Amino acid sequence: MPQIAQLTADNWYLASQLFWLLVVFAGIYLVIGRGMLPKIEATVDARDRKVADDLAAAKAAHAAADSLEESYRQQSEASRAAAQKAVAEAKDKAAKDAEKRLAKVDAELGAKLTAAEAEVAAAKSSAMAEIESVASEAASELVAKLSGANVSATDAKAAVKAVLRG
Amino acid sequence: MAAESGKIDPMHQFEVTPLGGGFTLGGHDILFTNSALWMVVAAIALGLFMWGGMRRQLVPGRWQAAVEGFTGFISNMMMANIGTEGRKYTPYVFSLFMFILFCNLLGMLPLGVLGLHPFTVTSHIAITGVLALISFAIVLVVGFWRHGLHFFSLFVPHGTPLPMIPIIAPIEFVSFMVRPFSLGLRLFVAMTAGHVLLKVLSGFVINGFNAETLWLGSIVSVLSFTLMIGISALELLVAGIQAYVFALLTSLYINDAVNLH
Repeated sequence: MPQIAQLTADNWYLASQLFWLLVVFAGIYLVIGRGMLPKIEATVDARDRKVADDLAAAKAAHAAADSLEESYRQQSEASRAAAQKAVAEAKDKAAKDAEKRLAKVDAELGAKLTAAEAEVAAAKSSAMAEIESVASEAASELVAKLSGANVSATDAKAAVKAVLRG
Repeated sequence: MAAESGKIDPMHQFEVTPLGGGFTLGGHDILFTNSALWMVVAAIALGLFMWGGMRRQLVPGRWQAAVEGFTGFISNMMMANIGTEGRKYTPYVFSLFMFILFCNLLGMLPLGVLGLHPFTVTSHIAITGVLALISFAIVLVVGFWRHGLHFFSLFVPHGTPLPMIPIIAPIEFVSFMVRPFSLGLRLFVAMTAGHVLLKVLSGFVINGFNAETLWLGSIVSVLSFTLMIGISALELLVAGIQAYVFALLTSLYINDAVNLH
């Protein structure tokens, strides 16, 4: 077995094996392990950092958009509420105004009506009085012509009143 | 391969052969061998693979995504097992994982078809043992550096009753000292066993077609070849899993040194 045979002291190739192993492995360690590996790791680290940064930026932008949308929503809700309130107030005021005007007009009309009624009543009573006096005169004249009896004006009046109202 | 004698040596693939370029270092001859060649090939392949992932684009292409998949896999493992302090040790564990993975996978390449002899570097205990010893040395250095002599409290698990300490501590010590051996041995055994199995089966395929009773030999060959396809897939899985296990255990051991349970 050549692998075991080389471990004996008088073997010619053990020294060569060890020498070349140390030379080659030291070369690999220095050039690849110390030279190339850190650069590749730095590239990977830079990429990882960039990805993490980009993800964080995207997350922040997302959060900002969310808060913007929220504030917009709140604003629109507030303005809608304000508009609804203004409309309700205007409606309320208009209703009150109309009511007031209506009441005023109503009162005026009532007053006119009572005045007219009073006039009518006055006219009626004066007309009645005239009719009574005319009727009593006519009645006394009629009585005088027919019977020759003189009827006093008061009696005639009372008789006419009784007939008219009775 | 001793095919002419009709006998196939499954251990031949682990043979180290010199390719030249020798010099002397501390009394030892240092030769450039096929083992060294495959280590260098693995290092170059790994370098090319990593270089393709260096475009540093914000949106990665396929290749960059693949490379980042590997680096992310190891960094996540270090983060999960050790914590933020684990980042310091990521270069070492990553180098370890990728080197073992590429050596394992390159050893699986069917280059024998082209007449080349692929060599699995990680099938040598000398290699895996040294890697395990480096991991173990890091654990010791980090442990004593950060905790001083308090590091020995690693051998007394939290909540051990006082009378149990003399029994528990030696057991923990032995299990701690066994770590580098188990770490190195596991990878070496898994790779060696897989490649020996594949080579034995391929020997069956060749010998089956060369058999005197061809109809019987053909059945053996076809069955062995079918089995080889499955075992090759399994070996690819083992190549990844063993690299992962080596890196995972190293990270767990470093966690012991950093956080002391």
